[in-house]
Amino acid sequence: MAINLFKFSSPATFYPVAGKLIPVFYGLAAILTVIGLYLSFFVAPTDATQGEVYRIIFIHVPAAWMSMFIYLVMAGWAGLGLILNTRLSSMMAQALAPTGAMFTFVALVTGAFWGKLAWGTWWDWDARMTSELILLFLYIGYMSLTAAIDDVRRADKAGAILALVGAVNVPIIYFSVKWWNTLHQGASVSLIRAPSMAKTMLLGMLVMALAAWMYSIAVALSRARLIMLEREKNSAWVQDVLEKKS
Amino acid sequence: MLEADNLTCQRGERILFTGLSFTLAPGELLQIGGPNGSGKTSLLKLLCGLSPPLEGAIRWQGAAARGEDFRRNLLYLGHQNAVKEELTALENLHIASDFAGEPLTDTQALAALAHMGLAGREHLPAKVLSQGQKRRVTLARLLVSRAPLWILDEPLTALDVLAVELIQSRLAQHVAQQGMVVLTTHQALQVPGVTPRRIELC
Amino acid sequence: MGKLLLTVIRRDLLLAYRRRADVLTTLFFFVIVVSLFPLGVGPEMKTLRLIAPGVVWVAALLASMLSLQRLFAADYQDGTLEQMLLAPQPLAVIVLGKIIAHWMVSGLPLALMAPLLGLQFDLPPEALLVLFAALLLGTPVLSLIGAIGAALTLGVRGGGVLLSLLVLPLYIPALIFGAGAVEAYIAGVSPEGHLSLLAALLIFSGLATPWVTALALRIAME
Repeated sequence: MAINLFKFSSPATFYPVAGKLIPVFYGLAAILTVIGLYLSFFVAPTDATQGEVYRIIFIHVPAAWMSMFIYLVMAGWAGLGLILNTRLSSMMAQALAPTGAMFTFVALVTGAFWGKLAWGTWWDWDARMTSELILLFLYIGYMSLTAAIDDVRRADKAGAILALVGAVNVPIIYFSVKWWNTLHQGASVSLIRAPSMAKTMLLGMLVMALAAWMYSIAVALSRARLIMLEREKNSAWVQDVLEKKS
Repeated sequence: MLEADNLTCQRGERILFTGLSFTLAPGELLQIGGPNGSGKTSLLKLLCGLSPPLEGAIRWQGAAARGEDFRRNLLYLGHQNAVKEELTALENLHIASDFAGEPLTDTQALAALAHMGLAGREHLPAKVLSQGQKRRVTLARLLVSRAPLWILDEPLTALDVLAVELIQSRLAQHVAQQGMVVLTTHQALQVPGVTPRRIELC
Repeated sequence: MGKLLLTVIRRDLLLAYRRRADVLTTLFFFVIVVSLFPLGVGPEMKTLRLIAPGVVWVAALLASMLSLQRLFAADYQDGTLEQMLLAPQPLAVIVLGKIIAHWMVSGLPLALMAPLLGLQFDLPPEALLVLFAALLLGTPVLSLIGAIGAALTLGVRGGGVLLSLLVLPLYIPALIFGAGAVEAYIAGVSPEGHLSLLAALLIFSGLATPWVTALALRIAME
């Protein structure tokens, strides 16, 4: 029975702790966003070639970073859940997926706007953008698979395998797309040119990325809490939580 | 010896059973009873290692019951016949035995099929056989298997009286040779010379 | 272990032979999809030559996708898969055997048929040979990677569409190197680089995917 108690108690203890942490992370996210936006729009200098348009990178670049990073974190949690059979890590993986997909989508949309304003085209089959699009497909695949399987244990494990296979494939896909791109277009327009970037620009981007981090943690924790309630609705601790609420 | 220690089984959101323990020694036959949906098939799947229990452990000869060494000692015949419609009865038996790592000669396979009352139908594709005949093709494995542990899910379904008797006497023989059997059945079981142990799930 | 592999391949080929119609549907699907493109794009031979490698490859991707659904489905439904999982043999070897047999009746015919279809697109004879070689190396990769998806979606509602969602993004490297080989040749560059990358993909997926698929099958059967 000891194992039994331990296993059942972990979400039960996680739930209230997460509940206390969520406002903290949301708060940090809000503060950092304000600072980051101030830096991006008032402190960072106007770009010599692109004018004000370039400022979209303060959203675009952090979103693109997050989209890739969250996929790796998600695959990591899912893999942990698969190997150690811990339910909490599988729940975290599932809680992260929609946020990751959202950032991928944001990166694609902001990239399109930027492309339109800076180079006059909505979509360019540039290696980064193409890879980002494929990443969105991978997120969609993961979410559809876990949603289609009714048995949660199987959904967790099947999703974990897919996420890990995807994670192994991401570098291969990126490499192949890059190869394809150089073959077809020669030197393509590089969307992110590091050398000409002023220090304040980089700072703005980093603060915005940090804000995105805090937001992702907060939102993933609250989603994990909901998943927990739904999955363990028959257990005693969920009954307690629900009683207190009503 | 097969040991089940404090098993809990969950299907979907339902806990089917919890705290189930038993041991099965050589020369014993265990019959699992209980109404539909009580988890009989799920228990058998736990025992043969197809799915892991939510809690508890299953041991074979003192070690965890999994891996190729355990499976070499196991014959599991499930709810479905595992008979390929496109293959003949003979081919089906051959391939099933090949997978189990106990290849048969044609003579052995034909003798087993004849014993199961399938003489003259060995070369017919399984799709033209009746339900009962397909079941017999599956159960022919019992005549040729050398595995000590048999786990059988409703072996007597769709069989006629003669075939039921045949299987029951084969079970008796297996138990007499220090084999072990775990089975589920809705029919009254009469294995000559053996008093089945019973576990009722509810 | 080699004996087990042969047993599985022989069994699945025998089953495929007794169900010949299934093999032909995949092949005809491939032929029809490829033949539709000139009707959609127009009969301008210059354009057709340009799009031919991509068209053939995308059609091969879709055809392989369609046939994948059958890879484990029948064994799953009649209980044979349970017996494979309980066999005292490594499941990954059984899986590899099934994938090889599956490729022989789905991927290989596509590769053999492709040069004929390339003629419709006015590809020069050497380019047809490159197309054939690329498909010969690439279609097994499709079967290997697709097997993971087929195992993950086993018995899941909406399995077919779901399978394509999972697997198509993973096919992209094979598509790029495969179609790229032919394009490179037409552009006057040696296709060797592309073909070696395809071969590398084949070796990597041949070593890794049977184990992953075996794990996915065990999870699906729980």
